[in-house]
Amino acid sequence: MSTSIHVSVGQVAASLALVALAAAVSFWRKADLERDIGVATLRSFVQLTAIGYAIKLIFEADTLWLVFALLAVMVVFGALTARGRAKKVPDSFWPLLIALAIAAATTLGLVVALGIFEATPRYLVPVGGMVIGNAMTASAVALDRLGDEMVDSRARIEATLALGATAREAARPTVRRALRSGMITLVDSTKTTGLIFFPGTMVGMLLAGANPTDAVRLQLILLYALLGSVAISALVATTLAYRNFFTPAQQLLDSTE
Amino acid sequence: MLFELRDVSLTRGERRVLDSVSADVPIGATAIVGPSGAGKSTLLRLLDRLADPEAGTIAYRGRPLDSYDPLALRREVALVPQLPALLEGTVESNLAYAARLAGREAEAGRCLRLAGLDPEFARRDVARLSVGEQQRAMLARALAQEPAVLLLDEPTSALDHAARDAIEATLAHLRRELEISLVLVSHDPEQARRLGEWVVRMDEGRAAEAGPVAEVLA
Repeated sequence: MSTSIHVSVGQVAASLALVALAAAVSFWRKADLERDIGVATLRSFVQLTAIGYAIKLIFEADTLWLVFALLAVMVVFGALTARGRAKKVPDSFWPLLIALAIAAATTLGLVVALGIFEATPRYLVPVGGMVIGNAMTASAVALDRLGDEMVDSRARIEATLALGATAREAARPTVRRALRSGMITLVDSTKTTGLIFFPGTMVGMLLAGANPTDAVRLQLILLYALLGSVAISALVATTLAYRNFFTPAQQLLDSTE
Repeated sequence: MLFELRDVSLTRGERRVLDSVSADVPIGATAIVGPSGAGKSTLLRLLDRLADPEAGTIAYRGRPLDSYDPLALRREVALVPQLPALLEGTVESNLAYAARLAGREAEAGRCLRLAGLDPEFARRDVARLSVGEQQRAMLARALAQEPAVLLLDEPTSALDHAARDAIEATLAHLRRELEISLVLVSHDPEQARRLGEWVVRMDEGRAAEAGPVAEVLA
């Protein structure tokens, strides 16, 4: 798995032709996405170039402290980004931050403890990035759904509270649906992987000239690790966030009215 | 006295829903009447501590409402909301759930009969019930907790005359035979006359009048 290829700036520049195609489609069909496509292209270039240099420095320094610092920054930015999707959930930042941190720590800890990957920057940085990215998406989707469900199910939740149920019991069906929403996308894409689409890691390794068997095995490990991290992040985020809809006297907040 | 409200106020957004409400609700059957938007349902929610007032005090049996454990209070003072909101599953599972929360065994057949439903309804999926049947299933679920007080928000609003009469007969029976106190929100003064012994008349968030039904609704 130690193959490497050289990609020139010219090759990257040539791929911009497809960005131009996307912008042209948007302009032709008046989708009004040209500006967004431009911003996305520029941001991806700047962000990936910056992280590329950061990873290069971390690999050369070969110290785990820098890895942890990078992952911590990713967790914080991931929680801030996911908070933007979970607008209906009061104070969603802390549940998201804790969810991403636990998902990253547990998943990376397990893959290292089980001897799947070595505890070195070369493995922890890319795997950690994938884990946090997928955990962020899953917890954002879960909390977005949680916010909608708490509003839609307000009458049923309050009727259950009126029976003397705790907030936890009253919110349980809602939390279950939110958790399912957060996990279902990755579960579905894992079901169809290899049939309908090739996942990124496998494509990258094949392009880099790796043995297809190695590419598939590594991809499987990552898919299974991501399933675990997505489940942990959605579980922790929903378990912590639903409480923010209730007062200590087990009353549903007015924000759901 | 069952409930004593003193200068109770509550605002929702820009709107003053309850404005210095002071009223007594004695043990027995009390009707809270008034036009839509008068604050009747909000008042009922406060009595079950589903919300707290911003100002003023509420006492239940002489003790401040907020000195009770809210969960224990709600198992003793059962609120049946206007809109049916049963849990997914069968009628029986809903009754069993409510009974379990109150630490009791559900007598589904008896509760359903009291609420004017055939015991055969126990096996029905709640998603297949009409709104009127759901409303009665909600009452049966509250009765499964064997509460001391029933707070009823427009309990017959979705029912035809025959079903309404059956529910009213049930409520009168509960009051008479089981000595359950009733606090009933109704927009219908005639229903208040039929069921209430005491009346609190609400208007624009204020308790305009309170007293025996014969005096207030004369």
